[in-house]
Amino acid sequence: MVRSGTLILNVAARLLLPLQLLFSVFLLLRGHDEPGGGFIAGLVASGAFTLYFFAYGRSALSEMLKVSPRDLVAMGLLFGVLSTLPAWWFGEPFLTAQWWTIPVIGFKASTPLVFDIGVYLAVVGSVLTAITALVDTDHATESRD
Amino acid sequence: MQLAILAGFILAGLAPLFHHWLGARTPLVMAMLPAGIAAWLLAQWPVIAAGDTLLLEWAWVPGLDITLTFLIDGLAWLFAMLITVIGALILVYTGEYLKGERDLPRFLVVIIAFMMSMLGLVLADNLVALFVFWELTSITSYLLIGFHHTDPVARKSAQQGLFVTVGGGLALLAGFVMLAQAGDSWSLSVLNERGAQLVGHDLYTPLLVCVLIGAFTKSAQFPFHFWLPNAMAAPTPVSAYLHSATMVKAGIYLMARLHPALGGTGLWETTLSLVGALTMATGAFLAIRHTNIKKLLAYSTVMALGTLTMLLGIGTEGALVAFVTFLLAHSLYKGALFMVAGILDHATGTKDVSAMGGLRRVMPKTAVVACIASLSLAGMPPLLGFLGKELMLKSVLAADHHGGLMLLLAFTGAFLTLAVAAVVSLRPFFGQRRDTPETPHEAPVGMLVGPALLAALSLLFGLAPGTLDALVEATVNGLGAVDPDVHLTLWHGINLPLLLSVASLVLGALVFRHWDAVRHRLAYLDPVIRHGPERGYEMLMAGMVYVAEWQTRILQNGHVRNYLVMTLLVLLGLVGHALLIRHPLEIDFSVDAYFHEMVVAGLMVAGALTACVMRSRLAAVAAVGIMGFSIALIFVLFSAPDLAITQLLVETLTVVLLVLVLFRLPRFATLSTPLERWRDLAVAGSFGTLMTLLMLSVLNGQRLPRISDYMVANSQPLGHGHNIVNVILVDFRALDTLGEIFVLALAAVGVHAMLRFHAAEYDAGYDLAGGRDDNG
Repeated sequence: MVRSGTLILNVAARLLLPLQLLFSVFLLLRGHDEPGGGFIAGLVASGAFTLYFFAYGRSALSEMLKVSPRDLVAMGLLFGVLSTLPAWWFGEPFLTAQWWTIPVIGFKASTPLVFDIGVYLAVVGSVLTAITALVDTDHATESRD
Repeated sequence: MQLAILAGFILAGLAPLFHHWLGARTPLVMAMLPAGIAAWLLAQWPVIAAGDTLLLEWAWVPGLDITLTFLIDGLAWLFAMLITVIGALILVYTGEYLKGERDLPRFLVVIIAFMMSMLGLVLADNLVALFVFWELTSITSYLLIGFHHTDPVARKSAQQGLFVTVGGGLALLAGFVMLAQAGDSWSLSVLNERGAQLVGHDLYTPLLVCVLIGAFTKSAQFPFHFWLPNAMAAPTPVSAYLHSATMVKAGIYLMARLHPALGGTGLWETTLSLVGALTMATGAFLAIRHTNIKKLLAYSTVMALGTLTMLLGIGTEGALVAFVTFLLAHSLYKGALFMVAGILDHATGTKDVSAMGGLRRVMPKTAVVACIASLSLAGMPPLLGFLGKELMLKSVLAADHHGGLMLLLAFTGAFLTLAVAAVVSLRPFFGQRRDTPETPHEAPVGMLVGPALLAALSLLFGLAPGTLDALVEATVNGLGAVDPDVHLTLWHGINLPLLLSVASLVLGALVFRHWDAVRHRLAYLDPVIRHGPERGYEMLMAGMVYVAEWQTRILQNGHVRNYLVMTLLVLLGLVGHALLIRHPLEIDFSVDAYFHEMVVAGLMVAGALTACVMRSRLAAVAAVGIMGFSIALIFVLFSAPDLAITQLLVETLTVVLLVLVLFRLPRFATLSTPLERWRDLAVAGSFGTLMTLLMLSVLNGQRLPRISDYMVANSQPLGHGHNIVNVILVDFRALDTLGEIFVLALAAVGVHAMLRFHAAEYDAGYDLAGGRDDNG
C-alpha cells in the first residue's frame, strides 16, 4: 500500500532528511533557553524519517536506521533513568539536576540535557514503532492477497 | 549500612555471574555478605547494650518526608542479628542441599534479595521505607515458595501466600497513612514517643485494625494461618529461613515495633491476646494431624507465632521479657529443626515421619542435633525453649484480662507442641528401623553446620541464661518498657508454671504414645476443617474471578465507543460533582477578544461541527486537522511558541498515522440507531459543557497563588534555563516527564504487539468481515 513515491518526493526527501535531522538536533540543544527541547526535536526527527519512509519504503528506512525503532524507545528510557542517578552520587535527592561546564569549548553539560536526549529518542522510537507496525500489517495483508 | 543493603540487592543481581565463575561454591561465598553484616552489628553491640539507639540518617524524598533512615535499637538489633546469622547458615546449608540444581543461580538471586528486604524491614525508621521493604519480602517470598515453578502445587501455594500477604499489605498501607496522619510524622521513632496522642486520636480504631490485618496476614495468625503450611512447597532451606527468622516474624516485628505507640489499650490487648491464643491452639491442634514432617513443623510455627502475638497482647513487662525469650528460642530451634527435616528428606527420600524409624544408628550426628532442638521445642530444661515456655505461662497467669481462656488455650498448645516435638525427634531416629525410598546416610558437613550451631546456641543460652540478660533488657527497652530489670534464670523453684509444665509433659507423652490413634480419631474432623478459613479464601478467589468476568463482559466488550462513553460518563460524574457541588460557580461571561482571535475561535467551532456531520473519513480527519491547526494558531497569538510548535508537529504526524489507518478501515457505514446517536450527542455535549465551565471557573477563581509565578522566577536561577516550558519538563517536573515517556514507550509497545498479533491472525487465515474492501 505504501509504495515508493514520485520523483519530486524522492528527491525532496533525500535532500531534506539531513537538514531536518540537523534542525532537530539544533532544537534539542537550544531547548533549555529558546523554544525547542527533546519532545519537539523528537517530533521533527520523526517527521523527517516519516517523509523518507514514504518516499523510499520500509526496507530503506530500516537500512538507514540500523537499529529497530523499539530499541530507540528502550535507549530513550535508559537515558531518562540514567540522568536521574548522578544526584545520588552527590548525596542529593534522586533526580536533582546536576550541571557541569566542559572546560575547553565552554559547553554546559547537565543531567537535564541527558534527560532531554532520552525524551528525544523515546519520541522518535515510539512514532516510528507505530508507523512501521502499521505498514508491516499492510505488507502481511498484501502478501496474502 | 544502607549502602550494605543496597549493595546486597546488586550482589543478588550478580549472583548468576558469580555462579558462572565459582560454580558450586557460590553459596558459601555469598554467605560472606550476611556474615559481614552480622559482624558489623556485633561491633555496634556496646552502643545497643548501653540502651542507646543508633540512627543512621539517609534522605530519600525529603519533600515528602520519606527517608531511608535506619533505626537500630535492641529490638531491631535482635531481629537483624537473627536474619543475618541464620541467613548465613542457610546459605551454607543451601550449598549442599541444592548441589547440582540447575536453577541454583536463580535461587541465590531471590534469597539474597529476600534477605536484604527483610533486613531493610527491621531496620527502617520510616513508615514508607518499611512498607516498601515489607512488600519486597512478599514478592521475593512468592518467588521462593514457587521456586519449583513447574509444579502446580508450588505455584498455587506461592500464589496463595502472595495474595494473603499482599492483601494484608494493602490494609497495612491504609493503616500507615492513617498512622502518619494521627501521629503527624512518618518516623517510627517519633511516633513511638507520641503514644498518648495516637491512642486518643479519632483514627485510632480504624488504623489499628488496618495495621493488625497487615501484621496478622504476614504472621499467619488465625484466620489467615492457612497459607503458611502450604508454603512448605518451597525448598527446605527456604522453609527454614521463612519460619525461623524472617517473613512470618515480620508481622510480629511490626506489632512489637508499634507496641509503644499503639499498645496498652483495651482493644489492643483483647485483640492480640485472643487472636494469639486462638492461633496458638489452632496451630498445635492442626499440627498433630499431619505425618509430613514439614507440615508438622509448619503448624508448630503457627502455634509459636500465636504465642508471640498473645504475649504482646498481654503487654506487661514480664510478658515482654517472655516475648523476647520465646522469640529467640523459637528462631533457634525452628531453624535447626527445619534444616534437620531437609536432611531427613535428602537422606531418606520421604517427608513422612511415620515411614521413618531407627535412623539414629546411620545418622548419629543428625540425631543428636534433632533431639537437642526438639527438646527446646518441647520446652524441656535445660534448654532455652524451657525458659521461654515458663515465662510465657507465668505471664499468662498474671494477665489482667481473659486469663482463664488464655491459660486453657496456652496449656493445650503447650502439651500438643510437646507431642509434636516428640514425633519429630523420636519417630525418625528411634524405634524399629524401617525401609525408606532411599538408603539413608549421614549428612555432609555443610548441611550439619547450620542446625548444629543453632541447637548448640539453644543449649548454651539455656544453661547460662544470664548471658542473655543484657540483650533481653535492650530489646524490651525498645518495646517501650521503662528501665527494665531482667534476670533470666533456669530454676524458679517449684511454682505453678512448673507444675503446669509437668502436667503438659504427661499429657504430651500420652498424645505421643497414642499418636496414630489420635490422628485416626481426628480424621473424623476433616470435613469440618475443610470448611475452615482456607475454604473461605478459595471462595473469595472464585468470586473475584467471577466478578472480573462479569465486569469485563459489561464494561470492556471490545467496542471503542462503549469505552469512550464509559470514560466520559465517569469523568462527567466525578468532575461535575466536584465542580458544581463543592465550589460555587462564579463565571464571568464578558468577552474581551480581538477580531482575529474571534476568527480563529470560529474556525475551531466550524472544524468541530464539520467533523461531526461529514460522511467521509478523510473529510472528517481534515476537519479535525483544521481544529488542531487553529489551536496552534491560538498558542502563537498568546505567545507560547513551544506549545504551538508541538501542536503543529503532533497534528502533522497524527494526519500521517490516520492516513495509514484509514486505508485499513471498512467502508463507512452507519451502525448506530438514531437513539444511540442522540445518547452520544448528549454525552459529548454535556462533557463539552463541563469542560467549558471548568475552564471558565479556573480562569475566574484565584483560590490558590499562581504556580507559574514561581516557575518564572526560578527558571533561570534554579534551572539554568530561559525556556520555562523546557525547564519545567526536564527539571522541575522531571519525574512526571519520566513517567510520561514510560507511558509513551508502553503505548508504542502496545501498538506494536496489537498489530503484530493481528497480522499473525491474518496469516492464519482469520478474516475480519469486510476488512479489505477499501484497499483492494
